[in-house]
Amino acid sequence: MLFNDPSPLEVKILTRRLGLPNSASIETNLANGGYKSFEKALEMTQDQIIQEVKDSNLRGRGGAGFPTGMKWGFVPRQSPKPKYIVVNADESEPGTCKDRVLIENDPHLLIEGCLIAAQAVGAKAGYIYVRGEYRYLIGILDKAIGEAYARGYLGKNILGRGVDFDLYTHTGAGAYECGEESALLESLEGKRGQPRIRPPFPAVAGLYQCPTVLNNVETYCAVPSIIEMGGKAWAALGIPKAGGTKLTCLTGHVNRTGVYELPLGFPVEKMINEVGGGIRGGKKMKAFIPGGSSCPVLTGEEAWPLTMDYDSMAKAGTMLGSGGVIIMDEDTDMVKAALRIMHFYAHESCGWCIPCREGTAWLKKLLTRLNEGVGTAKDVDLVGDLADNMLGKTFCPLGDAAALPTASIVRKFRHEFEAKLARAQAAVPGMANNPFAIV
Amino acid sequence: MTFSPELEAKLEKLMNSYPPGRKKSALIPMLMFTQDEVGSITQELVEEVARRIGIPTVQVDEVVTYYSMLHRKPMGKHHIQVCTNISCLLWNGDELYEHAREKLGIGHKEVTADGMFSLEEVECMGACSWAPAIQVNYDFHHHVTKEKLDQIIDSLRKLR
Repeated sequence: MLFNDPSPLEVKILTRRLGLPNSASIETNLANGGYKSFEKALEMTQDQIIQEVKDSNLRGRGGAGFPTGMKWGFVPRQSPKPKYIVVNADESEPGTCKDRVLIENDPHLLIEGCLIAAQAVGAKAGYIYVRGEYRYLIGILDKAIGEAYARGYLGKNILGRGVDFDLYTHTGAGAYECGEESALLESLEGKRGQPRIRPPFPAVAGLYQCPTVLNNVETYCAVPSIIEMGGKAWAALGIPKAGGTKLTCLTGHVNRTGVYELPLGFPVEKMINEVGGGIRGGKKMKAFIPGGSSCPVLTGEEAWPLTMDYDSMAKAGTMLGSGGVIIMDEDTDMVKAALRIMHFYAHESCGWCIPCREGTAWLKKLLTRLNEGVGTAKDVDLVGDLADNMLGKTFCPLGDAAALPTASIVRKFRHEFEAKLARAQAAVPGMANNPFAIV
Repeated sequence: MTFSPELEAKLEKLMNSYPPGRKKSALIPMLMFTQDEVGSITQELVEEVARRIGIPTVQVDEVVTYYSMLHRKPMGKHHIQVCTNISCLLWNGDELYEHAREKLGIGHKEVTADGMFSLEEVECMGACSWAPAIQVNYDFHHHVTKEKLDQIIDSLRKLR
């Protein structure tokens, strides 16, 4: 089912079958163009498929934004080892709820994307790693996979063309860190979800140390339309350097929260005011996060003139990320927001490397104190210093993901921290140095 | 240990999902599926899973202590998980969680005396555009108000 009404401003490429009756069934899928791109890919060489994906300018939709065609090109196709397709359906980035919409409504689109990727690199097996909380999606995927086997799109000698490909679902068990690709592979091998040293990257040594294509759900779901339209035509949907469309999750204080498919380069103002129906209660926008809580936070004034694409966001000092847009109105308590974001990273730090394990724990302690009104302006500086000292010093991007939003909030909304301290300390004399108030 | 025929069939399919010599990959799904039936990760279950996969029990323990959805202690029949992460917080998910605490009379990861309900303040569950959200076991509920939460809990109580 769909959770929100579509917007007339959407460009529905990946989501075009959403809303059709029984859109998850193979009958609806096949009657509406499903698996046609895979059949087309069967007529293409591996190099041709990879070239189309390169031409499309598709960049990883999980958050990192790495060019997908280049990633596929790194797979050593001549290697005698088996090659694997792995789908990252461990959607856990706060603010992000798009992969769920795609899988629930059109699971065959994901299967078709996997089949084309498998064809491009010569993989015979694939795994869809679904976060533990999304158990109901495993039922939907298993049913769809069963339908695909029954119709000869999966298994041995697919469509009589001598191609073999098996696809399996695999459940996680609750760990944000498993969204990081090397930690996901560890988890898929039955271990704690801790990151691996990279290089080697998964394209060369991934699942079971074999060459592996590992992409986000939305990335695979983009591939069938790229093959259908041709990479260049698909790229033209977006802007130069950022092709196609992006599923965007509007969350927080907008009137029409929801998941919308918008072309890359879509203006922020139009997205909030026209797609999202404006800020709730006609208020002002205080803060804006473009793609999940790991991105540096922008003030409302900084965000309004931008466009939703990789370069525009990078120039503004943040990232397009996963497409999880978080909008905060003028009444939002930014100290509380900073604490809640850090609470998450401290909980999810895998503990493997010290800057992240200790850094997130101390930042959470400091922010808890500041949120209670304990401390001085020096403690606000300390939050910024600690966050800066984590940046680039951790094993995987989780440390940066924790440090970036925190550093940006204390710098851009420092006055709120100071005002909160002043209010609490005016109410309770001695609060600043109260040793019993330390939490 | 023996499980229901449905679960045994599911585990057999699971064990055949990985290449030869890679049975350990089945570990996390096997713990999740068996926990659903047994109620928690008991010592007996740890030993059974280790035996079936052919690994030492310590390798099972390593995993059980890492993943937040694997519980050593039984949770309630209806495990109420309230998200208070940023997108839900902006729609007062924290107040919803406090309301659930008062309504059930239990705190984070606690179980009611009759074993019917347990409560957990959870991290982002992927329902951000339909906040605030809760999960009861694996079922999602979106745009949850205090009144809606009361209704959900009251109707589950009647189910007993």
